[in-house]
This record gives sequence, structure tokens and C-alpha cells, in this order.
Amino acid sequence: MKTIVQKINNLTIGFQSQKGEQISILKNISTSINQGETVGIVGESGSGKSTLALAMMGYVKHGLFTISGECMFHSNNLLEMKNKELENIRGRKIAMIPQNAGQSLTPNLKIGYQIDEALRLHTDLNQAERDGKISELLNKVRLPSPETMAQRYPHELSGGQQQRVAVAMALAGSPELLLLDEPTTGLDVTTQAHVLELLNLIAKDTGTSMVYVSHDLGAIAQVSDRVIVMYSGEIVLDGPVRSILKNPIHPYTYGLLKSIPKLSLPGLPNSMSGSQPQPGSIKKGCSFYERCEFADDDCKVNSPSLDFIEDLNTSVRCFKHNELLNLNKLDSHNVKSIENRILKNEILDLSNVSISYAKQKFLDQLLNKINDTNPTVKDINININKGETLALVGESGSGKSTILKSIAGLLKTKDGNIKFEKNKTLSNDLKQRDPSFLRAIQLIFQNPDESLNPNHTVEEIVSQPLRLYFGLKGKELKDKIIEVLDKVRLGEFYLTRYPRQLSGGEKQRVAVARAFAAKPDIILCDEVTSALDVSVQAAVLNLLQELKEDFGTTYIFVSHDLAVVRAISDRVAVLYQGRLCEIGPSNYVYKFPSHPYTEVLLGAVLEPNPDIKPKLVAEDIVEEKPPENGCSFQGRCPRILGDICKNEVPPWQTVENGNSIRCHIKIEDLKNQQITN
Amino acid sequence: MIKKKEKQKNTFEKIYEVIKTMASKPSGLIGLIILIFHVILAITSPLYVPYDYKAIDPTLMLTPPSSEFWFGTDSLGRDVFTRTILGGRTALTVTFFGSLIALLWGGSLGIFCGLVGGKIDDIVMRIIDAFLSIPWILAMLLIVSLLGTTTLVLIPALGFFYGKGIVRVARAATHDVIAKDFIVSARARGHSNMSIIWNEILPNVRDAIMVEGAMRWSWMLLGFSSLSFLGFGVSPPTPDWGLMISNARGLMSFAYWAVLAPIFGLSSLIIGINLTADAFAKALGIDRSTKAPV
Repeated sequence: MKTIVQKINNLTIGFQSQKGEQISILKNISTSINQGETVGIVGESGSGKSTLALAMMGYVKHGLFTISGECMFHSNNLLEMKNKELENIRGRKIAMIPQNAGQSLTPNLKIGYQIDEALRLHTDLNQAERDGKISELLNKVRLPSPETMAQRYPHELSGGQQQRVAVAMALAGSPELLLLDEPTTGLDVTTQAHVLELLNLIAKDTGTSMVYVSHDLGAIAQVSDRVIVMYSGEIVLDGPVRSILKNPIHPYTYGLLKSIPKLSLPGLPNSMSGSQPQPGSIKKGCSFYERCEFADDDCKVNSPSLDFIEDLNTSVRCFKHNELLNLNKLDSHNVKSIENRILKNEILDLSNVSISYAKQKFLDQLLNKINDTNPTVKDINININKGETLALVGESGSGKSTILKSIAGLLKTKDGNIKFEKNKTLSNDLKQRDPSFLRAIQLIFQNPDESLNPNHTVEEIVSQPLRLYFGLKGKELKDKIIEVLDKVRLGEFYLTRYPRQLSGGEKQRVAVARAFAAKPDIILCDEVTSALDVSVQAAVLNLLQELKEDFGTTYIFVSHDLAVVRAISDRVAVLYQGRLCEIGPSNYVYKFPSHPYTEVLLGAVLEPNPDIKPKLVAEDIVEEKPPENGCSFQGRCPRILGDICKNEVPPWQTVENGNSIRCHIKIEDLKNQQITN
Repeated sequence: MIKKKEKQKNTFEKIYEVIKTMASKPSGLIGLIILIFHVILAITSPLYVPYDYKAIDPTLMLTPPSSEFWFGTDSLGRDVFTRTILGGRTALTVTFFGSLIALLWGGSLGIFCGLVGGKIDDIVMRIIDAFLSIPWILAMLLIVSLLGTTTLVLIPALGFFYGKGIVRVARAATHDVIAKDFIVSARARGHSNMSIIWNEILPNVRDAIMVEGAMRWSWMLLGFSSLSFLGFGVSPPTPDWGLMISNARGLMSFAYWAVLAPIFGLSSLIIGINLTADAFAKALGIDRSTKAPV
């Protein structure tokens, strides 16, 4: 029998609405966390997972209150304790690691001082012991040379290192329970994989229980022993990680897993319809009824309870779990493979494009020249054919968004040309671009909250390109708006809505509608799905693909998510530090042999499957500037040859079917090395 | 999917909604009542004042309040009640139009600077800073002594001096929205600067600027009364609170009524505008107690 660290009984947390009703955010949560266990809590935004994690620390957000239930830490109910008593538990017994370490570290205090502060508060060590402990902690989180690290300020560390420091601070009080709220969400793919590996090691070393809150099933799969799936404030599934991710017996989890694009299964995943209900809107029946593909009339009227199934060691809140149990395995589910009609004619040609962020000196400004020998983006040569989807992939700082901005005319290029339809050169200056070119290239942004004017109705938002490019007015304009909205599956009643009245997916649909209203030839998609929930992401990807098939639009798709890119693109260009590493049809880029950087990226992808572990090939060092000479990836390359990589720019080598790799290593050697690994 | 049909609110309904929210809190309600009372008084008072405001009667000098003269008479025997209810007219008109001018030039310059940025923004803002460092009352005295104390001089002069602060607020608010993707998106589509200001920026900074304008109004009222008090506002015998306080302040020890009545008029109006502006800000979702506009 394992010791239970924390036990939550029938916890209901809610708020009082303006009409005086009590509305629950968490409904009757009962679960427990054993010693040494890592529990993953998954759910989409608004499912109550963060509220639950905070309640585990005995904290209830302002405006919310505990309606019923208790949260027992050993024998104390945290929710009834006084602040003074909680201070002795928080940090010492229960520690939390926040989402954004960069923001949770004080910017003007040295790392060592901040850890020391945590030690002073949470332990009874004296000064000398504390100094030793700081080095020990920094060593534990695998930070190089702890002594110099302790003397640095937070801004001198990379995102991954900051997150490691946050872990070190949380470990300062040797807590029994560690709460992690989306600890890797803002990090790059390779960094994320490294941080997760660290967490796994710490869990093994210290025997600390961990609660890992995330929306990312891939990350959850790597760290958790047990998974709790939340939907609309309820636990819908609770059980061992393998059975939940491989054979989910709740339709929500089933749908969620189906809607995640996977590397092992190329093609567009099926999307889940609808969105999570607003708190308080479900009065009776199952909260997932509206979106469930297995539901019948019984589910509409009766709410299922959380039943424990002995054979699977799993609790599930569904009447139909037996039906799901007998369903075929997830791996065989259908994906829609994309087939784009790619025409032979070139639509966009980037030749030798370089972009520099360097500030001009006064004299250079007068002579209108940019003096930068080492620009942020350099030597980009890409041809894009009509009807194609080209993906630009890379970590943050790889210059992928910079290239998009240049194509859109928002950033001036330093050298090189961007040609539209073979012979029409796009001017560097937005103001001098022909309006027909501006119409032909439209942008869709990452975050629809930022890209839609909060003070405009949907009608006004979609009308802008129509009025600007086609001069439509009155009834004609309104009809056209309705037609465009209809194409993105939004009805006429959305016309008078403001963005704040829409869900994330609906907002992104409006942004897509606005881009398509201009009848563009090329659409630049800048991380369009990364701000969205998993189930919504698949729907937006499917929508983009359908629209493309209807209109023959060309997409340039920027993303850091290799699985998403795999699902939607025909061709992939891999960028590192503003230099192209590999470009070719996605089938071949994702297969070995590949550029060492592509290899590193592919190895770090997290699949929602606990049996596929990420391969960590290179260190997660962050380079601030591209190297002056030689290969851009020399600093991190696991297969570096020597001086040749440092001095000479590597040549392009063609592999097969148009897949090219820019590396000094011979293709044959690369193939042999990567396949034997 | 939720299929609720929501009616689009027109401008009048939105204004009604804002006023309703303002009146829902006691402080806002009191402010609104005081302000509306003053405005009605200023518009209609000439119709029912009991006496002529400039009628001098030496025999009635400094009569205490009575049923005949509710607030007594001043040192020239003029009825204080008549002069008090008429005394807000000039102040309200001058400061209202002054605030409008301040709002217009301050708002447009601020948005412009925020949008263009760079060198032009730097130069304009340093000039504004320089103006902010000049004590306004000295500058006003200079202008008034050069150009006279007519309303046509006072309104633009006050408007200019109180617009400087609005420039900063408008610029800060513009900076807030300028980096958002919807502006980038409008630029990439090729909209003109005018269209970006009008359609994308203005709806997002309008609230902040209007609240700032409302606050400036009460300060400007105080400023205008100070000018009158110093003898540089309206010219006698036009009734004005600042002037009345100035004239009667020496007699305060034995003819308190001649001072108290205009003081009450002035302070109640300032309090009224202040409370209204605060409630207005809260109704628009800008809480001045927790977040300063700049």
C-alpha cells in the first residue's frame, strides 16, 4: 500500500454569477496522489485544470470560492487553513513551478540570491550550508558550472535554463509534492524535451510526487505514471498513462487523441466538432453530450458518474465505455491524406534573400545602404509553385516569421529579390507595392485575439478587404460577407458579434475569412494553430485544406510543430539561425538521411505515446547570433566534422526527388550514421 | 453551437447603456445629478432670476440673507443669489469648449505621434515636455494681457494648455494598440494611414482620451476660476464665481454670505464633474483608482 500524499474529496469550486447563481468551475473532484507518483492533468483551456492545481496548494483564485469538499494534505485540509499555517506548507512541503519562468524570476536579482532566498525561507540551514546547497541544486538541474551560473541575472539565461532555475528553486525546500503548471509550454521543441527528461530524472532521484498540468498530451505521455483527463470542470477519465493514451475509454479522450497530428501517421487528423460548454450552461445530462459521437438519448438526460473499472485500474465518466473498449485501436484510425493540385507555374520566387535587423548608421542611412556582414536571415532561395503548401520550420529565432514579413512587405530585405508570378518583382517598400500584389498576398496571424480589432464586429472585420480591394458597398457588400463567412462555416448570426463573444476557434475562422475575402493567390500562415486548443487545431487545419482545394490558393505555412507541418505541407524548408538547412518534399524531409538539425528536431518531437521516447541528440544551447563563417549549425551539431564546418559554408547536396541538404557530410555517410543510431 | 441572435446596439443605445452604468453607483448618480443641475441652471437661469445682476443699490450694501435676498447682497448692493446662479454660465461655456479643443488637438497629435513614431515623435514630445515645464498660469497671464480677456481668447488658450496632457495619454494609448497584429494586418493589406487611424486605432483609444478629457474639464474649470480670481478672466460686471470670491473675500469676516455662495457653486460643479468623470471611466472599463492612464 502506497502512502497517499494528497487526497481531494468531493471538491467543488465556483463563483457567484451576477444573477446570484452559484456556478461551479470544478465539480465534485475526488482523487488522490500517491507518494512518488507523477500525475498528469490534461484538458483544454477552461477545463478547470489550473484551478485544480492551485487548490492543491490551498489557493483559490480571487472571485472563486470553495462550495464544498476538502483538499487533504496528509491530515490537514488545506482549504480551511489560515495563511500563516499555509506558509509553512507552501515551498516546504508543496512547491509550484510556474509556466513562464522568465516572468517568475525577479529580473534584478542574481540567480544564486534568489535560490538562497528560497532556502532561507524553507529550510533551517546556515549561510555556509546554504552556499553548498545552491551549487548542489544547480547541479541537480544539470546547469553547467553552478558557481558562475549563480552569479548571473535571469535575462542572461535562455528560456530552458530559466525553467531549470525555477525547478531548482522549487526543489530548495525538498517538497513532497511538486506542482507544475504547463512548465514547458513556452519553450522550443528541443528545450522542452530536455526539461522533461530532467523532470523524469528528478522524480526518480528524489521520489517526489509530481502533478503535471498541461494541454499537451505529448508532454504528459513522457512524464506521467497516471493521467487525469478533465472536461468542463469534471474528471472524465483517471487511470494509468498507457491504457489512457493507447486505448482511451472516454469519447472525449478518444476524440482528442484522434485530432492530434502525429509524425508516425501523416495526413490531416479528424477534428472534433463544437467547443467546451460555458460554465453553468449544462443543467442535466453528460457535459460532453453535444460533441459526443457515441451519445444516445440516455446521455442527454442522465449525468454519468465516475465509475471505477477494476480490470483497467481506471475511473471513467461515461455510460458507453464498454463500447469504446471494444473499438479498434487508435493507430488504425483514418487520416485524410492531402492531395494538392500543384501547377507547374511558379508563383513566388525568393532569390538570395537576406534580411538584417541591424540599425543603420547615420551615414549609411543617407546613402541608403545597410552595412551588416552577418544578417539575421541570409541566402534564402525558395521557389514556390501555384497550389503548393510550403512549410517553414525551425525553433524560435530561426527567422521563419521574418521571412514571412518580408514577403508581405512589412520588413525590408537587405539583398535579393522576391518575384511574384515569375517576372513581377515585389517592391521592398509596402507603400510602393501595386495594390493588386497586396491583395494577392494575405496574412493570417498566430493569435486571433491580437489580429482582430476588439472594437469591430465580425461584419466590419470581414468587410475591410472587400471594401478596400473591390469597393463593394451596401447590399452587395453584405451578401459577399455572408458568402465568405459561410465558407469558413460561420452562420449569418455571427455578423453582429464582437471578437470577445467568440471562442478561440471561431475567432481564427474569422481571421481566415478576412484573408480569403481578398481572393488571394498566396496566404502566409504564421503559427496559425499554436494558440488554439488541440481539438480546435485539427478543425482549423481541415478548414484551411478544404479552402485550398476549393480555391487553389498557395500557402506558406510557418510553424514550430513538426507534426502539424507533416500533416498539411507538400514541401518543407528547415531553417536554423536564418539559414536554410534542408528543403524538399515532406515525405523525404521526414525520412533519413536528413540534415543533422532536422534530425535533432525530429528526435525531440513528443508523441502522445509513452512508448515513443524523444531522442536527445544535441545540447539545448541557445545561440544568439548566427556564426560569421561556415555552417550555421556548427555550434550544436552532433555530427560536426571539424574545421571545414567552421570555415566553409556547406554545399547543397541533392538526396532524392528534390530533397536537398546543406551539409559537408556526404549523403551516404549521413545515411549510414543516422540509420545505425 | 450557441445560436442566439443578438441585436446590434446603435450609438444611442450604447450611450444610454453607459449612462445607466454610471448611475448605478451612488457616487456616479450624485455626480450626474449635480452636473445636470448645473447645466440646466446655466441654460435656463436668465429666465427666472429675481433681480438684474448689475443693478447697484448703495442703500442695500451687504444685507444679510433674508426672504427678500436669499443669499444677501454684496458690497455694491447687488443680489448674491442672482449673481451666483448666473455665475456658472461663462465658466461652463468657456471650459466646455476649451475641453473640446484640448481633446481635439491633444487627441489627434497624440495618435499621430504614436503612429509615426521615430524622430518626429521624439521632437514633438520634447516640445510638449518643454511646454509642460512652463507654469500654465504665468503663460495664461501673458496671453491674456497681450490679447485681452474675451471668450475668443480664453477658449483656445485654455484649450491649448490643457491639451498637452491629453497628447501624452493619447500617445500612450496608441502605443498600446499599435503593436497589435490587427494594425500590422491592416498595414499589410495596404490601408492608408488615415484609414488605419480612423478604423483601427480610434475605436481602441477613444475611451481613454474621452475620460482624460472629462478629467481635464474639472481642472480647467478650477484654472479658469483662478484666472477670474486674479482679475484676468471675465470682466466685471459679468457675474462669475472666481471674480465674486475675489471681490468679497476681504469682507469674509462680517459678510460671509457674499463669499460662501460662489464658493459653493464652484466647488459643487467641480465635484460633480469629477464624480461624473470617474463614473464615466469605470463605466467604460478604465479604473482610475487602480490604473493611471499614463
